[in-house]
Amino acid sequence: MSSFWNLWIWVLTIPVLVLCVVLLVWNLKNYVGVPEDETTNHEVDGLKELNNPLPKWWTYMFFATLIWSVFYLAAYPGLGNYKGFLNWTSSNQGIKSLEESRQAVELARAEGRHVQLDVENARADEVFGPVFQAFAKRDVLDLAYDTEALKIGQRLFLQNCALCHGSDARGQRGYPNLTDNDWLYGGTPEKIKETLLYGRKAAMPGWEAALGDQGIREMTAYVLQLSGRAVNEKDAEAGKAKFGMCAACHGVDGRGSVAHNLPFGAPNLTNNIWLYGGSAKDIEETLRHGRFGVMPAFKETLGEDKVHILTAYVYRLANPEDLR
Amino acid sequence: MSKNHHEKVEKSVGLLGIFTIIAISFGTLVQITPLMFLDETTQPVDGLKPYTALQMEGRDIFIREGCTNCHSQMIRPFRAEVERYGHYSVAGESVWEHPFLWGSKRTGPDLARVGGRYSDDWHYAHLMDPRSVVPQSNMPAYPWLDRNILDGKYTARKLEIFRGFGVPYTDEDIAGAADAVKGKTEMEALIAYLQSLGTALK
Repeated sequence: MSSFWNLWIWVLTIPVLVLCVVLLVWNLKNYVGVPEDETTNHEVDGLKELNNPLPKWWTYMFFATLIWSVFYLAAYPGLGNYKGFLNWTSSNQGIKSLEESRQAVELARAEGRHVQLDVENARADEVFGPVFQAFAKRDVLDLAYDTEALKIGQRLFLQNCALCHGSDARGQRGYPNLTDNDWLYGGTPEKIKETLLYGRKAAMPGWEAALGDQGIREMTAYVLQLSGRAVNEKDAEAGKAKFGMCAACHGVDGRGSVAHNLPFGAPNLTNNIWLYGGSAKDIEETLRHGRFGVMPAFKETLGEDKVHILTAYVYRLANPEDLR
Repeated sequence: MSKNHHEKVEKSVGLLGIFTIIAISFGTLVQITPLMFLDETTQPVDGLKPYTALQMEGRDIFIREGCTNCHSQMIRPFRAEVERYGHYSVAGESVWEHPFLWGSKRTGPDLARVGGRYSDDWHYAHLMDPRSVVPQSNMPAYPWLDRNILDGKYTARKLEIFRGFGVPYTDEDIAGAADAVKGKTEMEALIAYLQSLGTALK
């Protein structure tokens, strides 16, 4: 704060406080020339105004707030650039980037200033940090069958994941079921963790322009046939002939990118698990306009230690039996 | 009686009014005026970008539909809030907000950093029918947003007005504003706005 505004605040604050004291003391005296509790001779509609003194409780409270204000302005940052003798602030102000925020935390600690939020965070780190660090050192497969870790994992899941995947983790249209061991990007602990930390962006292109109405119908028939449904053989045959365009991501056999070790997140089309519905109409819509599912990244929001536990929880959802 | 100067104030409403205004203006002068001139409260954060034309329309829809009645956009510097929503809100994020939508009522969660938190599809499903993704939600549905088409009639004017407030819109931004939103649904605009929230602090 510039010295002008600093001065501005001091000059307006301190005299006003003094003025309040003066006003109060001045008005405690009886200067109207009428003894207390007697009428001032003001009469309106038969109501007489008495010269009552200021109520005692009110007067004392006024004094109390004045004394408090002096203490408050001395102890806390209120008067311009003056920091207060407690050296207390609620948070680091004037941050322009996350990096600056981190530096401000370091600086405040080095200078021994009491920044309330930082202190709360440090206290929490002290209490919960070792718990998370202890879990972070252990293997995901180990945590997946650890009751304590799962309890934490469930809370994290309910707060961060349930909005899309549901509180029972069985997903919904557009959001994968996490309990069925059918994975778009892989169900190993490493792959689950990668998904959680960095998110995923799926891109199934729309084929309406390339295939045309007839082509879409044929491809729909073939996709349905892949998962063992009875369809018009002729359509399916024609669709199969064009499946090459799909094979780049879904594989020649349509078993999806995980089966072929590809990183695209293209679903297995042969198993009757459908992210966007398995009716002919739904599949047709997918083929026409494409699908662009997004899994948000949680690295910044949760941090690696929490993601580690969450990985174990998600792994456990699909692998309820400890097979080690 | 002659010594009772206070009587003059008691018997003149005009004088009483003037003194009252003087008395309460001290608070404003001390607490608000300096903030209009400090770097801390007038300089944008490093990553702040002006709203695109579509986001600007979305912001107005956010205001029109009364979203601020239930959603604040202000993460306070408490651990519980920072854990849930992310880094606390800082002044430099709001310098181009006219008016700011910090709000003070949280029936629903704070939205100050909702940008990027969910996918566009999620927002679409959630605005069409909140119960479809959050069964216990009591948020109203906004299906008409998907039917209303923006014509972009006032979009350029809005950006111009914001440029007058000091938001650095270029002439190209303003010239292209109407075309950028024309034909888009209100839903798309609102989602674009929501996805921008809180992403400036990097």
